[in-house]
Amino acid sequence: MTFPRFDVHDDPGPNFSSLVQSYGLAPDYSPASATPASMADVVHGTTVVACRFDGGVVIAGDRRATSGNLISHRNMKKVFAADKYSGVAIAGAAGPAIEMIKMFQLQLEHYEKIEGTHLSLEGKANQLSMMVRGNLQAAMMGMVVVPIFAGYDRRRNKGRVWAFDVTGGRYEETNYVASGSGSLHARTVIKLGYRPDQSREQALDLVISALFTAADEDSATGGPDLVRKIYPIVASITRDGYAEAPESEIAARFTDYVAGLHDQTEDV
Amino acid sequence: MNMPFYVPPEQMMRDRADFAQKGIARGRSLVTVECADGIVLCAENPSRNLRKISEIYDRIAFGGVGKYNEYDQLRIAGIRAADIRGYTYSRDDVDAQTLANQYAQMMGQIFTHDVKPMEVEILVASVGADLDSDRLFHIRYDGSVSDEDGFAALGGEAEQIRLKLKETDTSEMGFAAALRVAVDALSDEESLTPEKLEVGVLERGGEGRRFRRLENSEIAEMLAEPSLAP
Repeated sequence: MTFPRFDVHDDPGPNFSSLVQSYGLAPDYSPASATPASMADVVHGTTVVACRFDGGVVIAGDRRATSGNLISHRNMKKVFAADKYSGVAIAGAAGPAIEMIKMFQLQLEHYEKIEGTHLSLEGKANQLSMMVRGNLQAAMMGMVVVPIFAGYDRRRNKGRVWAFDVTGGRYEETNYVASGSGSLHARTVIKLGYRPDQSREQALDLVISALFTAADEDSATGGPDLVRKIYPIVASITRDGYAEAPESEIAARFTDYVAGLHDQTEDV
Repeated sequence: MNMPFYVPPEQMMRDRADFAQKGIARGRSLVTVECADGIVLCAENPSRNLRKISEIYDRIAFGGVGKYNEYDQLRIAGIRAADIRGYTYSRDDVDAQTLANQYAQMMGQIFTHDVKPMEVEILVASVGADLDSDRLFHIRYDGSVSDEDGFAALGGEAEQIRLKLKETDTSEMGFAAALRVAVDALSDEESLTPEKLEVGVLERGGEGRRFRRLENSEIAEMLAEPSLAP
């Protein structure tokens, strides 16, 4: 590995992807290299959601990964801090998705270190959209990656959320986004329960009920695993930055939620 | 026919070294001190934008003195090298030693082969779990590396600063006390004010990115604290 020193003409600037490309290290999902024997062999991740609250935004995802009809992982992580003030969650083919997240995190960190400032939140969403677009050929082969992006905009003092599509389309939503196989159900739950001035705690309970419902209706989405004590990952992002909710808090909220459901069914 | 003049190699090296040293001596100095809380990097720098101190990686920081565009080029090369290494292997595999060697090779190459040597001195600092595993590499314009112990001074007045730093043992100190030692060593008769300082710290222990740049207000607060050292 040579020490990276460039001429003024071909200097990649603060862009880590093009730096990695100049070293020939970037992953290649072009059609010739991206034809898995069967799409059922590719590990897929499922439901992720994000939702605004007063003072920030929560982002959450279940833990199940599937290969065809098999559950391939029970404790997969799909929700990540992109940097201090933003988070990203992925649905779709796990291999390229995790690579994309790794690259996205490094891209933001690299920019921050070289330039000495953070990218704007919009700039970060734009970077992610370019990465999703870069994956388009692989998506056509079935390896679709569709992330959601959420962060706290320190210039405008509010939480913001983005959804994407396979072509790299970038759509900022006003209040909530969802992606993955169970997203239809999750989004409906959030849509019905969303309150503009809700607190962090209310937002947490809302995404928990959304993920529970998605797991209830969609076989590829995992619910809370009470036997193995595996719960969805929920993180909040505020002015103070990204913070994953402790497992004990998530467990307690799930237990309360499930107890509530229990009472309802007994009434019937 | 043009006949090139013969210049003896000793003379050529001496001329290049003189040239580089003069360039470095014109700039302001930088001090690094190891302490119980981690490593403090402190430079005299009236500019908020043209920085001398920077984060390189999780536990590694950079300091440069001399010509801004040259050490900034080195800083960026270091960040790139570290990020690529971390991407290819893992975050644990990025270390200061490798980086210092790469810098030394590059600066040595430039010193002997390029039209002019770099008019810079740089420092690669890396914080470990304890003081024994801290690393300070001081790399000079000709690519020579020294492994410093406890403290390092770069720039025109480095010699005097080093003598001052030698008098104090900072190994038991916190950041505030260590910063005061660094600022005292950097200052002449008049003490340097926070507006004229650039300070970054590498915090000991914990995970992830340990570098933190201190704001003016934080520097002022730390300089104002009463000395805890006996």
